[in-house]
Amino acid sequence: MIARRGVLLGALALPVIARAQGFAGAYAPAAIAIGEGIWLVPGADEALEPSNGGAIANSVIMASDAGAIVVDSGPSLGFGKALAALAEQLTGKAPARVYITHLHPDHSFGSAAFARAEIHSLPATRTDLERDGAGFSDAMYRLLQGWMAGTELILPQPAAADGVVTFGGRRLRLMALSGHSAGDLAILDEASGTLIAGDLVFHNRAPTTPHADLPAWHAALARLAATPHRQCVPGHGPLDRGSTAIAQTGDWLRWLEDSLREAVGSGLDMAEAANLPIPARFADMAMARYELTRSVSHLYPRFEAELLPRIDG
Amino acid sequence: MIRSLLSLALGASALATPAAALAEPLPADPLGSPMWEYHAGKLFAGAPVVFDPRVMVALPMLTENQHVMPVTVDARALNEVKRIVIFADLNPIPVAVEYTPLAAHAFIATRIKLDQRTPVRAAVLTADGVWHVAGGWVDAAGGGCSAPPVSRVRGDWADHLGELRGAVWQGADAIRVRMSLRHPMDTGLVENIPAYNLEQLTVSDAHGTPLARLVVHGSVSEDPVFTLMLAPAAKGELAVSGRDTGGLEFGGRLLPTSGTRIAAAVAR
Ligand SMILES: [Zn+2]
Repeated sequence: MIARRGVLLGALALPVIARAQGFAGAYAPAAIAIGEGIWLVPGADEALEPSNGGAIANSVIMASDAGAIVVDSGPSLGFGKALAALAEQLTGKAPARVYITHLHPDHSFGSAAFARAEIHSLPATRTDLERDGAGFSDAMYRLLQGWMAGTELILPQPAAADGVVTFGGRRLRLMALSGHSAGDLAILDEASGTLIAGDLVFHNRAPTTPHADLPAWHAALARLAATPHRQCVPGHGPLDRGSTAIAQTGDWLRWLEDSLREAVGSGLDMAEAANLPIPARFADMAMARYELTRSVSHLYPRFEAELLPRIDG
Repeated sequence: MIRSLLSLALGASALATPAAALAEPLPADPLGSPMWEYHAGKLFAGAPVVFDPRVMVALPMLTENQHVMPVTVDARALNEVKRIVIFADLNPIPVAVEYTPLAAHAFIATRIKLDQRTPVRAAVLTADGVWHVAGGWVDAAGGGCSAPPVSRVRGDWADHLGELRGAVWQGADAIRVRMSLRHPMDTGLVENIPAYNLEQLTVSDAHGTPLARLVVHGSVSEDPVFTLMLAPAAKGELAVSGRDTGGLEFGGRLLPTSGTRIAAAVAR
């Protein structure tokens, strides 16, 4: 499917920020070995910006006998190509399997670089991308311009489901979850004990909520917390070896919901809610004010509709 | 420099002159908008205009949703405010709201649609006939005014049309009123959907005396929401009445304890 720069319907999941420059640099993704045959490719803890080419989400590379396994293909064709080359260089084999954790374009738009691999996602993620892909493409081209050159959205096969998959001798436990979006795939790499959480987990970087279902998200976090693992790769932010990122994500989401409901209860409007004080325990969280502002836009009308009483009866 | 001294001098003399009596040169636009002179000519019709930091226009640090861009205008630092106009220079429907705070503070918050990167401003008319203007540039991708409303896409707009929600919070210096109305706010810029929007909203006291009056245009967001601050005298029950461009009338009653009740319901 070619992602057309069409008319945008419905809620846009990308913030509109400063105007993009025409200039595009070269991607240079770097890998950190985090276990036997597994590498983290960290994204910048920033917003989508021309300065980072949209490379803000974490990707993971794993070695297998059947070829490299990649989790999340990144924001663009250019990034995907650099990631594929890195995977081949690290594992000695070209990528053969790609998992897309969820719909958001910082995770899903590099797939065209993996033409010879099977690209899998949860069925809900494919449905989400069929609906929102053209709108994302429009926003990504506008924001990142030259970085997006040649990028076409490749829809993943809806082949991922709850259960254990053995690919090239590597055992992966797939978990079909939701809450950050309608379909959130988490993957436990059994050999290294690495939980690859996608955007269900953020670490020292404020969570994003454009498609959030908060109760479902908390339920997903509970399942991740109950899944024994040695370390967790969040969708954004550094590797978590101290078992803090899952709780931190839940803490932020609970604070966010409570604060916004209280703000509606005390008569504040959106702009005032976006200026609420952020607790000291989130002081080290990157992008906190920025994501609070975005979340007010996503969630506030919902809480107003729920809490403000009808007065026309 | 000579030019700005000259306009200062003219501004000073205008204070002593009936407002509409003489046309003044417009001050240069600090935002450098290509449409400033055009809009200013139409909106202010020769009345004196000053860019004034006492008019506070709060705009978000980013436009997350250009269909629903919050804008808050607080001009309480000015005396005797007669009218507040919120407008976006480069919107196809530039003026969003004209607010007349009859027995209310010079404060309004609402949400507007943006069609492209544009200055968003408030122009505040004081009793001396001077317009006080402030604002800032806001970035947005295309399509805020020319994309169909979410409820039109979903198809359920008629099921909820006219549903009015709201509450009142009693404060020492002001009574805060929040109101929301389910309405598609069609701009007329989407193919096959004619313009259809809320056009008037009034808050009155129990005796029917209007306290705050709004004229609303199609560039206000779908399901419009307004936050106002009434003078503390308006302690009793309030009436809300409105009308849209199709002649449909809306009405409701705001109970003085409504805000306290919501606050209690969400208290942790
Ligand atoms: Zn995401």
